[in-house]
Amino acid sequence: MAITIKFFASLREQVGKSEVQIELSDSLTVGEVWAQVCDNSPLPIHILMAVNKEYSKQDTRVQDGDEVAFFPPVTGG
Amino acid sequence: MDDAQLLRYSRQILLPQVSLTGQEKLLQSKVLIVGLGGLGSPVAMYLAAAGVGHLVLADFDYVDLSNLQRQIMHSSAELGQHKSVSAQKKLQALNPNVQITLIKQRLKEKYLKNIMSDVDVVVDCSDNFATRFALNAACVRSGVALVSGAALRWEGQVAVFFPAEKNSPCYRCLYDDNDEQTETCSEAGILAPLVGVVGSIQASEVIKVLLNIGDSLCGKLLLFYAYTGKWRILKLHQDPTCPVCTLK
Repeated sequence: MAITIKFFASLREQVGKSEVQIELSDSLTVGEVWAQVCDNSPLPIHILMAVNKEYSKQDTRVQDGDEVAFFPPVTGG
Repeated sequence: MDDAQLLRYSRQILLPQVSLTGQEKLLQSKVLIVGLGGLGSPVAMYLAAAGVGHLVLADFDYVDLSNLQRQIMHSSAELGQHKSVSAQKKLQALNPNVQITLIKQRLKEKYLKNIMSDVDVVVDCSDNFATRFALNAACVRSGVALVSGAALRWEGQVAVFFPAEKNSPCYRCLYDDNDEQTETCSEAGILAPLVGVVGSIQASEVIKVLLNIGDSLCGKLLLFYAYTGKWRILKLHQDPTCPVCTLK
């Protein structure tokens, strides 16, 4: 199955890419998708995740054709 | 409304969704703004200009030279002044009809509870997780709507929470409450007009919530990245394990 992964805002620079497409043989969770695409680096604290533009947690399971997106946390004011 | 007020608010009253009735409602509304910095500046100035009758302004900090690049409510003449006093001066000059109450100390939970009792909307313009979680919990307990905004670097976020609605998510559904702190503007930097964009969206959301009009960002998270000019809206859900939502 194929999924699209997007990195937003400062995560683009941090990860060094803005969009990746990957083929998976097994269904993964959002957290496992991060690990696979980001060389097994730990999921950053407070990172926001979304599947198909719906907020998700790292244990949300990803389906074929899904778009998984990661956003940096923002608290400044 | 007297003739001067009718003229002052005429361009807003012209909007059929606002009209005279909506303007009267704004004049009778009370909004708590927490944080009088980058976001609090446009929020307070637009709400005062738009005729929100009573603004409660909370900040414990003093105006610093490094604030003036983006905190447009404060000027060089107010350097070293308490931000709430500086804000009051600017807002009263902008619109003398607005009633202003100042909270100059750090917001304590007990104090928050008293303030919440007659506030229509809370606007979170603070700059740290601890205040954000405390405000969120107070809003959930008292069922007061929360308009939350945040900005850093080139990135902004806005979300609206209606805790009075049973299945509405809250800020704690979005972020885990651990002791980890994220970067601040003094560490990571911030683009001056970004807080204007984010704060102006917050002010628009407050007016819509007060008048119960339009489609609010309730249950949604708006993300803006000024560097590429891209926006995104995510749908939020109540977290069944959220310890704050269980207070409802």
